[in-house]
Amino acid sequence: MKQPYLVKLRFLLFVLLGLTASLGAWAQAGSGTVSGRITDTKNEGLPGVTVLVEGTTIGGSTNTEGVYTISGVPAGGHTLVISFVGYSSTRVPVTVFAGKTTDVAAQRLGENATALGEAVVIGYGTQRRQDLTGAVEQISSKQFVKGQVTNPEQLVQGKVAGVQITDAGGAPGSSTQILIRGGSSLSASNAPLIIIDGVPVDNTTISGASNPLSQINPNDIESITVLKDASSTAIYGVRASNGVILVTTKRGVVGEQVRVTASTLQSVATVAKYADVLNASEFRSLVNTYGTSGQKAILGTANTDWQRQIYRPAYSADNNVSVSGAAGNLPYRVSVGYLAQQGLLKRNDLNRYTGSLSLTPVLFKGSLRVALNVKGSWIDNNFSNQGAVGAATSFDPTQPIRAEGSQYAAYGGYYESLNPDGTLNTLGIRNPVALYELRRDRSTVKRSIGNLTLDYKLPFVPGLSANLNVGYDVQRGRGTTYVPANAADSYVRGGVNNNYSQDLNNYLLEAYGKYERTIGPGRLEFLAGYSYQKFENRSYVFDDFRADGTIYNPVALSYNGQNTYLNTNVLIGFYSRLNYNIADKYLFTGTFRADGTSRFAPGQQYGYFPSGAFAWRLKGEEFLKNSSAISDLKLRIGYGQTGQQDLGGSYYPFLANLSLSNQSAQYQLGNTFYRTLRADQYNPNITWETTTTYNVGLDYGFFDGRLYGSVDVYKRDTKDLLNYVQVAALQGLSNYGNFNVGSLTNKGVELVANLDVVKTDELNITVNANATYNQNRITKLNATDSPSDVGQLTGGISGGTGNTIQVNSVGYPTQSFYVYQQAYDTNGKPLEGVYVDRNGDGTINSADRYRYKTARPTWTLGGGANATYKGFNLAFTLRANLGNYVYNNVRASSFYDASTNNFLVNRNREVLSSGFTSAQYFSDYFMENASFLRMQNATLGYNFGELLKKGTNLGLSFAVQNVFVISNYKGIDPEVIGGIDQTIYPRPRTFTVGLNVGF
Amino acid sequence: MQTKFTRTLGMLALAAGLTALSSACTKDLDQVPSYSANAEVVYSDPAQIQQVLARLYATYAVSGQQGPSGQPDISGIDEGFSNYIRVYWQLQEITTDEAVLGWNDGNLPAINTLTWNADNEFVRGAYDRIYYQIGLCNEFIRQTTDANLASRGITGATATTVKQYRSEARLLRAMSYWHIVDLFGGGPFATETDVLGTLPQYKNRADIFTYVESELKALEATDATNGGLLAPKGVYARADQAVCWTLLAKLYLNAQVYTGTPRYTDAVTYTNKVLAASYQLSTTPSAQYSAYQKLFLADNNTGEARNEIIFPIAFDGTRTRGYGGMTYLVHAAVGGTLSPAAIGINSGWGGFRARQQLTALLTSPSVSATDARRTILYTSGQRLNVDTLTAVSNGYLLPKYKNVTSTGVKGSDTAGDFPDTDFPMFRLADVKLMYAEAVLRGGAGGTAGTALSQVNEVRRRAGSADLATVALADILDERARELYWEGHRRTDLIRFGRYTSNYNWALKGGVNGGRDVDATRALFPIPNTDIVANPNLQGHQNPGY
Repeated sequence: MKQPYLVKLRFLLFVLLGLTASLGAWAQAGSGTVSGRITDTKNEGLPGVTVLVEGTTIGGSTNTEGVYTISGVPAGGHTLVISFVGYSSTRVPVTVFAGKTTDVAAQRLGENATALGEAVVIGYGTQRRQDLTGAVEQISSKQFVKGQVTNPEQLVQGKVAGVQITDAGGAPGSSTQILIRGGSSLSASNAPLIIIDGVPVDNTTISGASNPLSQINPNDIESITVLKDASSTAIYGVRASNGVILVTTKRGVVGEQVRVTASTLQSVATVAKYADVLNASEFRSLVNTYGTSGQKAILGTANTDWQRQIYRPAYSADNNVSVSGAAGNLPYRVSVGYLAQQGLLKRNDLNRYTGSLSLTPVLFKGSLRVALNVKGSWIDNNFSNQGAVGAATSFDPTQPIRAEGSQYAAYGGYYESLNPDGTLNTLGIRNPVALYELRRDRSTVKRSIGNLTLDYKLPFVPGLSANLNVGYDVQRGRGTTYVPANAADSYVRGGVNNNYSQDLNNYLLEAYGKYERTIGPGRLEFLAGYSYQKFENRSYVFDDFRADGTIYNPVALSYNGQNTYLNTNVLIGFYSRLNYNIADKYLFTGTFRADGTSRFAPGQQYGYFPSGAFAWRLKGEEFLKNSSAISDLKLRIGYGQTGQQDLGGSYYPFLANLSLSNQSAQYQLGNTFYRTLRADQYNPNITWETTTTYNVGLDYGFFDGRLYGSVDVYKRDTKDLLNYVQVAALQGLSNYGNFNVGSLTNKGVELVANLDVVKTDELNITVNANATYNQNRITKLNATDSPSDVGQLTGGISGGTGNTIQVNSVGYPTQSFYVYQQAYDTNGKPLEGVYVDRNGDGTINSADRYRYKTARPTWTLGGGANATYKGFNLAFTLRANLGNYVYNNVRASSFYDASTNNFLVNRNREVLSSGFTSAQYFSDYFMENASFLRMQNATLGYNFGELLKKGTNLGLSFAVQNVFVISNYKGIDPEVIGGIDQTIYPRPRTFTVGLNVGF
Repeated sequence: MQTKFTRTLGMLALAAGLTALSSACTKDLDQVPSYSANAEVVYSDPAQIQQVLARLYATYAVSGQQGPSGQPDISGIDEGFSNYIRVYWQLQEITTDEAVLGWNDGNLPAINTLTWNADNEFVRGAYDRIYYQIGLCNEFIRQTTDANLASRGITGATATTVKQYRSEARLLRAMSYWHIVDLFGGGPFATETDVLGTLPQYKNRADIFTYVESELKALEATDATNGGLLAPKGVYARADQAVCWTLLAKLYLNAQVYTGTPRYTDAVTYTNKVLAASYQLSTTPSAQYSAYQKLFLADNNTGEARNEIIFPIAFDGTRTRGYGGMTYLVHAAVGGTLSPAAIGINSGWGGFRARQQLTALLTSPSVSATDARRTILYTSGQRLNVDTLTAVSNGYLLPKYKNVTSTGVKGSDTAGDFPDTDFPMFRLADVKLMYAEAVLRGGAGGTAGTALSQVNEVRRRAGSADLATVALADILDERARELYWEGHRRTDLIRFGRYTSNYNWALKGGVNGGRDVDATRALFPIPNTDIVANPNLQGHQNPGY
């Protein structure tokens, strides 16, 4: 095999050479310069405004004074398109003379208009908003969620219709689930493809980090664009089934003067709500009522509120400095950030150092646009021991933190559950304070993402340009865990002294050509390209050590005797897109992508993903052209197919290989222990999962653009689901395997509305709202669906072993709850162990369970308002989920357990009302409607403006996050990924003061 | 003119560049991992073939390639639950008068009360695990056919060794098919000649019985020098000729149940072969433990225990770990006031208790108060009767399996999680009682006198007085006393016609005093999941489900 990198390098050289050779060609072309100034309604210069020569890629941005200069504009008549996020765009005709500078009259931009001319980032390029044919939403930094935001996705939480973002809990840098339009997969990943400045990033969570995106500094982000329907995503064929999120970072602009921005956010986070468990005296009376004599005997005399012992007010500081400007033709931006964030749980903190560099020179009179982006981050995590969160809700509140008796000295003097013979009761819940005090769990995760993009207008053919993008995304995760030998939770094994290590490398090479010209009645844009991306996931294995450094379990070397395991995934794509725009009224888009993946067997590697869309801009028609009541109206219709190949950890599902057992799964024959070789389940026929999306949308703007937004209706059918399903006995080598079987459908409506309530020079009030309705149904699950089939049980709960509370069944939503119907007495009290015999066969067994609701909300709502008065700014964001149900596992575990030996388990207050004395895990009594309304954040800011000298800026802000939650849900937080609440790390209520200075 | 030329040239160069790049990079799609093994390489190397053979045995003991858990063999059930010994033992023991397992895990209570249905995950776990083992054996046999060995350059003495492995794989497969016959009746059927990926056909109980019989007879007819099974007691823990004979004896003893045709004479024939081999009852107590108890201790792979155990499933506290098998049998038996440390472990799981009917058999007048089998009963803080399934205090404890050696030393896992104790799948005392039963049921080739003496040898070793005479009913009770919690009870009760009716025990049928259940419960249902996955099984569900 040829070295692919050599080839890539050679290609790069080729492009560079071709470029130099053609230098001479354009020197002769006649071109001139255009210059002008852009202001806001108050006649103040607007920096950062994009000015483009229509139909070309020539353009520039305004500097801090609002002045722009564009050189290299071909002589002749042109139209300048002036656009800026949050302002209405303007088009200005100019005539350019060779070798001369044309001054354009100052343009005043109106604020808060529909921004139809705004450049929207799309797959492989940008488009004017008015030219979009797909369902695309772009959120710019101005609209981001303010306050202490650690992970980039939190910037747009609640801001985008059809996008549900849920974090796993309140720990700094915790993981997030992003679901776009309900998720199109079942067993395969439902995560969207995330592309940062043109580099599709690895969504594998590296050892030592909880969230791969937490390594990106949100302060560096300029805009986040979400591509939702197939017409916009299909160009990313392979990984686009669950939507695409394009992240664009900030960069310098041509002609800009040096600008330094420094900001600091200081915040304090507090526990918003504690789990509702019994206090010591309540617990004492409970044990004395229901307990065995043995249990009563071990009650203590202390009164300990364990939750208040393990949490603290958590302080954070987020400091950022950036310098941007342009050195001649070389715009640059450099930034550094330092975040020190404490978690509510004691000893849990995160320190993040980030740096980014962006160079975006425009060379050869605008023919070559270069973009070099390099971002680096270094995170030091201290995870503390998050096991303490659960332990604090169930540890006996009548016991002290530290105990005097000599029998506790072996465990560092902490109170622990002991057997009557004085030995440690290893089944008991461990002392929550000891859990975090006697554990050091740290990691360091480093990540760098970078790419170099060359966009070159080929001199030979007008309208033809070539784009090359080479990039990388590398991550290094290293961590250590140390638990001393006297810590009760690792006492029997003698403590822990381990380290772990993982490397993720991701290389990218993309090249495409673009051709634009007028053909017939319209303007054609054709793009075709090639994409190569390689993901390497290398994990290292180590001996498992005790605290004293002796080996508890020796390392299991891989089959080839290595201490590393390398998994590789290569994706190769060929893509093309055709846009045809007739008179800005009829817009056609067609895309096609052929994608190959190394995850499937040769012969099955390629999938083909077409899409087509049509948009009719009614506003462009004569009858609406001059209407101010209807300021915009566009109908969009799209269809397309996208694929999914990401089976998570399964890299070679097609390969008939044998795997080697580790040291503790050996088998003895005679006097020899053998590491065994197992023939693994495989499926040589496994191939793509395909999602077909239909989308109809309407973009509207009324009353001179004061009310604008969109409505989208979609249907997404996924077939050949990459499904981890039961294999017929003896058909394969295990009872489960990866097969292309099953299908599901998501149907939904998305509504977006923005309203400028007041729009004056001094006072501006805007309100925005979005609503999403989504219905998810499994339409096929097995090769032969039969009525006797229950479906795939899923959704493991805590309590018992292997218990599940959800099911995937045909005709129901993914992960429907699967429960018994509780029977009640005449007073409405649940009857312990009595369920409704739903199938009427006289016995209660698993056939009486029924499917009841789902964790997925039927409606997801988001909205907010923003008011500015002179220098003041007041804003808030609200989010609501409606119709989402949660299985309250905490309540379900709240029965009095008389079977525990020599230790006691505290309970949720539920136990007092139900009075259950045995587990009723599968009762629908514990199902709760977890609909909620949350005020995500509220911000008050004041901008002092040019306080010191001209061109400077000083702003002060105050923000509160997680202001309130309105919900009938009885647990600590109604927002639970997957819908099974086993107590989460509480989401904090955070108060932030921010100061930013610009000069 | 010149521009046009340059233009064309440029376009061509770009196109050529892109094409070259693409074709080079498209080959990169063929990725293989270096950390796992390719079948072609593995089956060309006898040493690695032995590692695959070891894996077939390991299926009884572990649950995946990563001990104690990880890289599970089968899914859809908690990995620890899915272990072979665990799922098999559970269906054979907690569905009978011998034991309850009082946990709140899914539909586990229904197994205790004989009220399972075709969706029960523990029934499914047993079915999936047994078929998993058959599938692994099929693949091993498929890869080691004579033709494959020859084509991979394995010849001569090496080939004979590999053929011995293959014979063992066939024996293990026959054992699992016997488990299917015993638990499920008929079921899907495939051998090494079936192509992987095709849906297997259904085969009924009698036909699988015939197949198992023919396989075992074929294996029995060849010796190790010709690539057959090893001689008895040859290599520890390998399935040898004595395992084959014992299995044949079990097959024939239960043939009336399986096929409707009694084969007691054949049963006598094969028990005789085992009795003639050099196995001996463990009869010498240690300072701490009785001769009987020594069979179930951490060093039962040595000394007298080794002489009695015909087919051990080998466990090791550091090298063979899992949450099924012996880990489960030792931990789950400990609860209440019973000290885990005395059993050589760090904790009890508070699971198993004896039902009062087993306690009655162990404490019956025919048993000495010092009978080694009876004295294992632990009563302190426990009640005799099992009234509430989940109450650890209901029913006496029976810490039969212990992770201490016969000299009282704790097993090798310092943390006290994983025992060294091996599981006695087949042992001599069982064969002695089988012999007596087959003779009493009319099998030719033995005598009533020998039958009585075999039973009395077993009783005497435990410390009870000899019986003067022995009747069939005595055999069933003696089997309960001698073999309780070793995974035989359900089969025994069915053979004696006392499983679904004629005998009731606590919580049978879901009522405290026990009640008769439908006769169809003598077989477990084919899990719905497999009927859904394999259309060939439709219409073949066992009656009553």
